[in-house]
Amino acid sequence: MPDLLPIEALLFGFLLATAVVIARLRDLFAAAMLTGMFSLLSAGLFTLMDAVDVAFTEAAVGAGISTVLMLGTLALTSRQENQQPTRLMPFVIVLLVGAALVWGTLDMPAYGSPGTGPIPAAGNAVIHHRVAPDYIRGTQQDFGLPNIVTAVLGSYRGYDTLGETAVIFTAAVGVLLMLSGPATRRREPAPGENPQADATVQPELDQ
Amino acid sequence: MSETVGLWNYWAVIALMMIGLYIVMARDNLVKKMMGLSIFQVAAIMFYVSMGKVTGGTAPILPPGPDHTVLYDPAILYSNPLPHVLMLTAIVVGVATTALGLSIVVRIYEAYGTVEEDEIVVLDGEQP
Repeated sequence: MPDLLPIEALLFGFLLATAVVIARLRDLFAAAMLTGMFSLLSAGLFTLMDAVDVAFTEAAVGAGISTVLMLGTLALTSRQENQQPTRLMPFVIVLLVGAALVWGTLDMPAYGSPGTGPIPAAGNAVIHHRVAPDYIRGTQQDFGLPNIVTAVLGSYRGYDTLGETAVIFTAAVGVLLMLSGPATRRREPAPGENPQADATVQPELDQ
Repeated sequence: MSETVGLWNYWAVIALMMIGLYIVMARDNLVKKMMGLSIFQVAAIMFYVSMGKVTGGTAPILPPGPDHTVLYDPAILYSNPLPHVLMLTAIVVGVATTALGLSIVVRIYEAYGTVEEDEIVVLDGEQP
């Protein structure tokens, strides 16, 4: 029987509490800092699940870069979220979807199941069959690298990584195009924009 | 009952995922929606990584052997490295999409002067 480690349950509890607080906070600066904390907590949980590479990527990219991006966006937009009425419909939808997903997990192998034994057995996770044991066995002979994740990422599944690079390049091009429009567009006051803010900028532009 | 206790990790992940989905659906602020999306993304990553965990297993790193080589020992139980690799890709792609989404939010703020969805709908001249 898989053991429920107290530290994992504790970290999941922290994650859930952080997520609920992010959902309820209207101060977006605090919410952005909490998303950084959320990523760091999840990095700790990844370490407990033996995914050390995922953990430090999440800590660097999720807790670091994502938080910086959020804070940068808040600096360019507004820091406070408007008051809004509580809506019932999304809550009902979320409960229904969650119940359907929980129903879907009832056939899943238990947490920490090994991949040994007959295939249809409940304690035998199918995810540990086929290619994964080949990667674990073959890394030493094929590459001589200590880290199996590196071998799979860089070579066994190198085309996945190439596709990932293409996605990041596309996203970078998209961000640059989105934020660097024609210079004239930025001078025009948009509808709803504060005209006073525009007036303070104008003298600098004249010089 | 004892057979379903081992599924607690999936249920915690689903709860996280649903909080993220709720933020995306119920909140009008676009920055808040991006935060909900990143919570949803972490939950999906957590789902895959928790499937790869093997009780008593260790991180998929081979121990050093003699003379700067590495050692493959069939007796060592490793957690599944494949979900780790795929989720590494997913994290980096997720940050790329977050950056793109936030840049769209900034652009929307430049055009409308607000990032609240209900106000944008009103500014567009439609009924909310």
